[in-house]
Amino acid sequence: MIENKPEPIGGKIVTKPFLVFSLFAVIAVFLIIKRFIFGIGSVTHLSDGYPWGIWIAYDVVVGTAFACGGYAMALLVYVFNKGEFHPLVRPALLASMFGYTLAGISIFIDVGRYWQAYNLVLPQFSQLYSVMFEVALCVSTYIIVLWIEFTPAFLEKFKKERLQKIMSRAAFIFIAIGVLLPTMHQSSLGLLVYIAGQKVSPLWQTNFIALLFLISAITMGFSIVIFESFVSAMALKREPETTLLSKLSAYIPPLLGIYIAVRFWDLVGRGKLELALTGGLEANMFILENLLYIIPTIILLSPINRSKPRMLFISAILMLLAGAVYRFNVFLIGFSPGPGWHYFPSFSEIMITLGIISIEIMAYMVFIKKLPVLPSIRHT
Amino acid sequence: MDIKRRDFLKVAVGSGFLLAAGESPVYARPQKKMPPNAVGILYDSTICIGCKVCQFACKKYNKMPVEHTFRPPEMADRLWDNPTDLSDKTLNIIKAYKHGTGETKNTDTDGFAFIKRHCMHCVDPACVSACPVSALKKDPQNGVVSYNKDACIGCRYCQIACPFNIPKFEFDKAFPQIRKCQLCDHRFAEGKYSACCEFCPTGASIFGPVIELLKEAKKRLTLTLGEYYEYPVATVDSKFKLPQKVSAYINHIYGEKEGGGAQYLLLSGVPFDKLGLPILSEIADAQRTESIQRTIYYKMIAPVTLLAGLLYAVYRNTKDKE
Repeated sequence: MIENKPEPIGGKIVTKPFLVFSLFAVIAVFLIIKRFIFGIGSVTHLSDGYPWGIWIAYDVVVGTAFACGGYAMALLVYVFNKGEFHPLVRPALLASMFGYTLAGISIFIDVGRYWQAYNLVLPQFSQLYSVMFEVALCVSTYIIVLWIEFTPAFLEKFKKERLQKIMSRAAFIFIAIGVLLPTMHQSSLGLLVYIAGQKVSPLWQTNFIALLFLISAITMGFSIVIFESFVSAMALKREPETTLLSKLSAYIPPLLGIYIAVRFWDLVGRGKLELALTGGLEANMFILENLLYIIPTIILLSPINRSKPRMLFISAILMLLAGAVYRFNVFLIGFSPGPGWHYFPSFSEIMITLGIISIEIMAYMVFIKKLPVLPSIRHT
Repeated sequence: MDIKRRDFLKVAVGSGFLLAAGESPVYARPQKKMPPNAVGILYDSTICIGCKVCQFACKKYNKMPVEHTFRPPEMADRLWDNPTDLSDKTLNIIKAYKHGTGETKNTDTDGFAFIKRHCMHCVDPACVSACPVSALKKDPQNGVVSYNKDACIGCRYCQIACPFNIPKFEFDKAFPQIRKCQLCDHRFAEGKYSACCEFCPTGASIFGPVIELLKEAKKRLTLTLGEYYEYPVATVDSKFKLPQKVSAYINHIYGEKEGGGAQYLLLSGVPFDKLGLPILSEIADAQRTESIQRTIYYKMIAPVTLLAGLLYAVYRNTKDKE
């Protein structure tokens, strides 16, 4: 197969959707300023019972899992040597870079004493056995690694050939670290709630939570690559890379098969599966979460379905929703600090999250228009 | 090429198993022991009269503000302190349990009882294990769990971790802190002790070495119902004792084993879960979590091996391309 070199796609930056997104971004910036002047309570419904809300559950936990495209593709292309998927790497990397960077910004808005954040790396303060310590350090290092991994796109654009050579020689180091770090922190993101013990419903609190988070993060990485390829193809009126994507999707059913097997084997082993049939929000969200996992697994088991763009697209969306619902369930729905505590995000809290997503999409659009990210169109 | 890839897979699968390892009965992190000079509080709900003087003393000696949960117009003078639960302004609180007609004290049906809530000063605190920057620390001598605002980054992971929801965060401040009971350790230097105990008129809260408190608690569980017992007031070794009628105890010392043990012990006539205390396993969540962390990151062997495998695989596979 002839590999198509990535190229900037060009076009106007300020489009109608861009203006809509920037409106959301402006509102978010205004609310973020309010948070820094009047405190976290002035814009959120967070409480001492629910100290973490959607900024952690969505922006960080779901957001970084959505940003696992770069990780999943690096694993496939560079570790398992599936070079044919190379054209999908750079766009995946770009989305990961923005996903993680904005998760980092969200954490900065969410932590109360942000001006002391550097305490994490001061030896007198570092607490090596804290799961949070590991997550914080891995995520922040990975953000830097992602930007380094993406530098070839800048270097190609500005024709820095000497630097390009140095970078391509050192690239394997950053790619390897770029696979190690998400393996560590995507599993640890699940382990974060492990110490909360009985505050997390037995439907989600398990010794296998780290493994489940890791597998589901990788499947979300593959799903986001499929999803983004179709969305960019539609938005930019290009042909989707269906052949490549259907090959990619073949890796998903075995992974999700393992996930579903571990999930249910563990629940049955602990005798907690019956909780799923008790009705109520927790039980129903559990059923929804697992249907969202099982349906795309069944769809993608069939090679015929895998060759149909529509089926691929639907499965990708279902799997992304599955991972998102799973993470929401672990961090919010299944988390109960005891009677009397309630949480539902405030309007401002939601607007800040939407604003951050908007900034992410806007930056992605600017980058693919100005920098060599997407593979050039094949002329037949 | 293929052999190498298999080597990598071994590493990857190996660390996968490590991630999954958790159910083992032997914990990689041993159980923590009570510090040698551990001090704490014994609270006896059966002799608490709910006067809330401990709440007032706590506010006074920790310089905490009054809190207005309800503020009808006639209370506009802001003199009243009426919190309904622990908060960033209230580190110690007396709460009441009431059932049915609420006639008899220390009875769970048609009765009432009081409960005093503040930090348990756990033997193996989840908050200390969770904190990424050692802002929460347990004193190796007296076992007090205290907070250092100069270390804290405000991530609120301690709040997620604590099974008793003790650490409180100042959500309404631009430069917030975590607030929690520190057993009045700032008063230890002047020979003083926890204010809530010093001012308790009935001896419901007494301060002292945890070993002595546990002895006293065990003794109370053997007392005969209806007889008079000389309850020590303020401290466990106090010379001032107040004779009071013994009422029925639940045969359990809450805090002796809960969550790996605590330095705040409680006795009651009403089941502890009805008083709002969580039912916890004897294994601390901190021990479980650190056991997994220490297995995966044991001497950094797994991550370093994985990185070496990755470096090798990526190097081989990118080399082929050029």
